[in-house]
Amino acid sequence: MTVIEELRQAVIDGQAKVAVAKVTQGLEEGHSAETLLQDGLIEAMKEVGRLFEEGEIFVPEMLVAARAMNASITVLKPHLIADEVRSSGTVAIGTVQGDLHDIGKNLVAMMLEGSGFEVNDLGTDVPPESFIDAVRSGADVLAMSALLTTTMTSMKEVVEAISRAGLRDRVRIIVGGAPLTSAYASEIGADAYAPDASKAVRKVHELLAGALPGALPGEGRADGAL
Amino acid sequence: MERYDSLSISDPDDLVFGRCCRPVRVDGLTIGGGTVYPELNFTLPPMAIGESTMPEVREQYRQMADEACARAAALQVPGLVLELELLPELTREAQWGAELTASLRERLDFYRSSHGLAGALRVTPNDMRDFVRPPLMRTGAQWEHMVRSFDLCAEAGADMLSIESTGGKEIHDEALLNGDLPGALFALGVLACRDMAFVWDMVVEVAGRHRVIAAGDSACGFANTAMILAESGYIPRVWAAVVRVMTVARSLVAYERGAIGPSKDCAYEGPFLKAITGYPISMEGAEAACAHLSPVGNIARAAADLWSNESVQNVKLLGAMAPTVSMEQLAYATRLMNVASARGKAVELRDWFVESDAGLDPQAYVLRPDVVISLAAQIVAEPTPYLRTRRAALAALKALRDAFGEGAFNLSRAEQRWLTRLSAQAEELPTTEDSFTGEMLARIDTKKVRLDQYGL
Repeated sequence: MTVIEELRQAVIDGQAKVAVAKVTQGLEEGHSAETLLQDGLIEAMKEVGRLFEEGEIFVPEMLVAARAMNASITVLKPHLIADEVRSSGTVAIGTVQGDLHDIGKNLVAMMLEGSGFEVNDLGTDVPPESFIDAVRSGADVLAMSALLTTTMTSMKEVVEAISRAGLRDRVRIIVGGAPLTSAYASEIGADAYAPDASKAVRKVHELLAGALPGALPGEGRADGAL
Repeated sequence: MERYDSLSISDPDDLVFGRCCRPVRVDGLTIGGGTVYPELNFTLPPMAIGESTMPEVREQYRQMADEACARAAALQVPGLVLELELLPELTREAQWGAELTASLRERLDFYRSSHGLAGALRVTPNDMRDFVRPPLMRTGAQWEHMVRSFDLCAEAGADMLSIESTGGKEIHDEALLNGDLPGALFALGVLACRDMAFVWDMVVEVAGRHRVIAAGDSACGFANTAMILAESGYIPRVWAAVVRVMTVARSLVAYERGAIGPSKDCAYEGPFLKAITGYPISMEGAEAACAHLSPVGNIARAAADLWSNESVQNVKLLGAMAPTVSMEQLAYATRLMNVASARGKAVELRDWFVESDAGLDPQAYVLRPDVVISLAAQIVAEPTPYLRTRRAALAALKALRDAFGEGAFNLSRAEQRWLTRLSAQAEELPTTEDSFTGEMLARIDTKKVRLDQYGL
């Protein structure tokens, strides 16, 4: 096996120490930081995602793999910065004001990190101002979660507040949570809706790749921005 | 304090719907006295709650209760329970929750006088303590709001008080997602049990002062979270099944502090509590799919004394508004159970409920009456909440291993791997709480929990 293959396997198996050693070895052998990131770590997490989607592993195994990846990235980061390699994007994520449910939100955050995104976890009971601050700080995507029928309405306030602040064309917005629907997401002017954590990651990829231009299927956003 | 160290129901054939050793009498209903009653819970459609929307909120609740009671009367149910599960805003503004309590009380009284419909009201204030992170469990504004909400709602006409308390959840959530059995044991067997004693001393005091019933708690935030995660494929089903059994000692604490049932509908640990305490339980299953999916839709009926829909939004369906539809579904479900009881066929019908689910999922298997009795006996044989929760894990895992070995249900390769992995974790659990707590304090994230709030 090459060192890249060994790195991939170590991440899939959740062996953080081995993964870190393989990153170090890869750098010493002359592999670029971007190659180790893309062909080693990101490819490993894609395989982890595939195993999860096929029911071969569960979230606990994904978490262990994500920790191995994060440990490896810590070693790799100075080299990535020196080589001017950019992350896949930054996602600010939070549960809306008045709502404390965070397991779903945490799962999405964890799976986004495992896919190479930088995640700014704003926590729970997040007021609109904090979401706005996160956009001002450079979030490419804003992800909002709500589990109650009486708190999901806060999402509309956040979208409107971001528009009023003149930031709507700088960020793509995705929403999720048990009481939500695609239609509701469209109605409040969000760019995407995801019914579960796996699909949330896929939608974020699509949003940043421009595969969901402007709005959810069937309904355009009022301001047409993106 | 009542001590439960043996079973009230030790024969599986006595663990059946509609009857228990210690029925609870309230407002013309004898819960657990031979009849299963519907328990209806409802919630608002998408809308904000605030000063400006409270007139609409009041009207929504009044209309939901009125139409559901009318349907219950039309279907000639022998009685019903309405549950008002207060949302965070309705607990924080305790007067609002009390107003809604009074409104539902008035509707129940109206249908009693006009239609002869016996009805009782359960009110469940929201456990708001984790609005502060890490949660303040015993002091602070959120705790004060909760206490005031219990007090005002009891005064406003609640018959029964319940709560879905969340002590320990700040540690349990992470343990759940990591498949961390010692973490779950620390959350449930150490933190949650201590918090339950504190919370239920308050609830029992309020209930006693207002001469209403301290009903029961639910491990919803723990075991139902596990069930939903397992249903989505996020965690193993065997893990969710073990967590369910591990919540028993925690929920039992409410009874040791003075609760008398009926337990909360979403407390699927209810059959264990009924076997141990002899008090009636509320359960939910297939008719609760309006709120969440589950693999235990029929087997959950096996020992139910109240049969619930969990919660439904007030939205229009083709038949009627959703709460009225739920009322009808519950009425027919309980009618069948009551006919079976009247004909002396309750155990036969129960066994069909059991057989239809138990072989399809380990979470259903651990609710089989004979399994419940066996596990409950092993749990209460231990002297402390920690040891009871530890025993629950060990006993549940052994039961699952044995049952899988005998072909009682199928497990995927990944599930089998987790059954082995969890068993290995369980075998390493210390036999003394002090040494276990010492180990856990060294490894938990102390930024997430205020240990002093648990007396640690």
